[in-house]
Amino acid sequence: MSAVMITRKVRKWEKLPGKNTFCCDGRVMMARQKGIFYLTLFLIIGTCSLFFVFECPYLAVHLSPAIPVFAVLLFLFVIAMLLRTSFSDPGVLPRALPEEANFIEMEIEAANGNVPSGQRPPPRIRNVQINNQIVKLKYCYTCKIFRPPRASHCSICDNCVDRFDHHCPWVGNCVGKRNYRYFYLFTLTLSLLTIYIFAFNIVHVVMRSVDHGFLNTLKETPGTVLEVLVCFFTLWSMVGLTGFHTYLISLNQTTNEDIKGSWSGKNRGQNPYSHKNIIKNCCEVLCGPTYPSVLDRRGLMQEDSPAAANSEGPCSFDNPVAQTTKTTAPLIPNEHTPDDVKPSIAAEKSSGPKDDQPPAAMLPPLASPETDAETSIAKNQ
Amino acid sequence: FHNLQELRHSASLANKVFIQRDYSEGTTCKFQTKFPSELESRIELTLFEETVKTLNNFYAEAEKIGGQSYLEGCLACATAYLIFLCMETRYEKQVLKKIAKYIQEQNEKIYAPRGLLITDPIERGMRVIEISIYEDRGSSGSSSGSSSVSGSTAR
Repeated sequence: MSAVMITRKVRKWEKLPGKNTFCCDGRVMMARQKGIFYLTLFLIIGTCSLFFVFECPYLAVHLSPAIPVFAVLLFLFVIAMLLRTSFSDPGVLPRALPEEANFIEMEIEAANGNVPSGQRPPPRIRNVQINNQIVKLKYCYTCKIFRPPRASHCSICDNCVDRFDHHCPWVGNCVGKRNYRYFYLFTLTLSLLTIYIFAFNIVHVVMRSVDHGFLNTLKETPGTVLEVLVCFFTLWSMVGLTGFHTYLISLNQTTNEDIKGSWSGKNRGQNPYSHKNIIKNCCEVLCGPTYPSVLDRRGLMQEDSPAAANSEGPCSFDNPVAQTTKTTAPLIPNEHTPDDVKPSIAAEKSSGPKDDQPPAAMLPPLASPETDAETSIAKNQ
Repeated sequence: FHNLQELRHSASLANKVFIQRDYSEGTTCKFQTKFPSELESRIELTLFEETVKTLNNFYAEAEKIGGQSYLEGCLACATAYLIFLCMETRYEKQVLKKIAKYIQEQNEKIYAPRGLLITDPIERGMRVIEISIYEDRGSSGSSSGSSSVSGSTAR
């Protein structure tokens, strides 16, 4: 009996760093904590089921059959948008491979010159000019890259995300460049659905009470009370959130920039990404091109030669011949980050993925502001 | 070197150069055309610039916000974006297919004969164009930059 080695084909998503969970062999990508996402699904499906069971038969007969039909369409659209937001790659930037990280390190060393020992090295910042506005690009110690403008590192998912908006626990994923429009459409259509169900619940109760009396109506359709309660609370938060994001889109800002106050206050009117035209801004965000994912989750890992297998970074996807070049510049891993950054990083890790209340009082705890080292330093100073 | 296969088998990787993104016009995908010093002895400035500029044009065309992208966006929205399960987006067609083809062509015709190899930026998260510089392991220096290679194929 000959022993046959069957090596399982490993897909790239299995080796991706970061704290995401993947399903369906890499097709689905979400954050680790999915509890609140399940709650969202349960609330939407539960409330709509009650509506279809209790109110729709009466309304279809006494008012119009179009009412349940439209409700079904709206409900399906909401679920589609929710799943699209939750399951897709928000625009994660892959971490730098060792050679790229070394290259950047060497550039930084060259730029800094000689730092006398004992002195803190200057913060790693690159200044770029975008549309006549100086924007600072920060260096990400985890991903070992200079973050592109508008990108930010999500501490919950442990990834840098392009055009980072916020991490939404209700959808169980980050909201970034690739799924922002789905998120916005989700909030918009969910607001409409909530208003729709709420309105027709009231109509139904009124109509039925005229015939049967108020208390009898509540006895016949007990689901109504529950629906009204859920809709009432959901309505205020969803309408508020939709309004807030409509405002952000018209100015071409992200929640992250709004919370940090990048383009408000004394910087008002200087947003270099805005087209200074509300229609153009809306069109860019909602009708712009749909960017492909750069993560390549379902690609097959190439077989590595054993020598390269003990590199600390993720497996190299490079062509098999290219070995990791030895360079003299030291790779600075996380243990060597400047001392004043360490306590802030430790504090972030211990606090865990708690939701911070965003400054806007009308928002429920949706946005977890990204916590990066430099912001913490700035706040501490 | 005569082709990519030879390059991979008979040469050893000496160095890698990373062409960074140019953010002067915003977050649209554009790469710097600054000529890196490591390539000075390997390839002519004009050929390098031509490659980067053509790539930039491809990306600009893909990200252009105009009639076609509105149409695609509205149509997709009307179908709750389910249409993307069947159809490729315009951006994917442009970026993934066209650019991959262009880069392979450039590698075969211009870069491999000079001992260089361009990696598609999408494999590096659209952050950099990685150019690998190979050294010939065995044979002594042969004629470099032969001008019999025809000029780059501009689209």
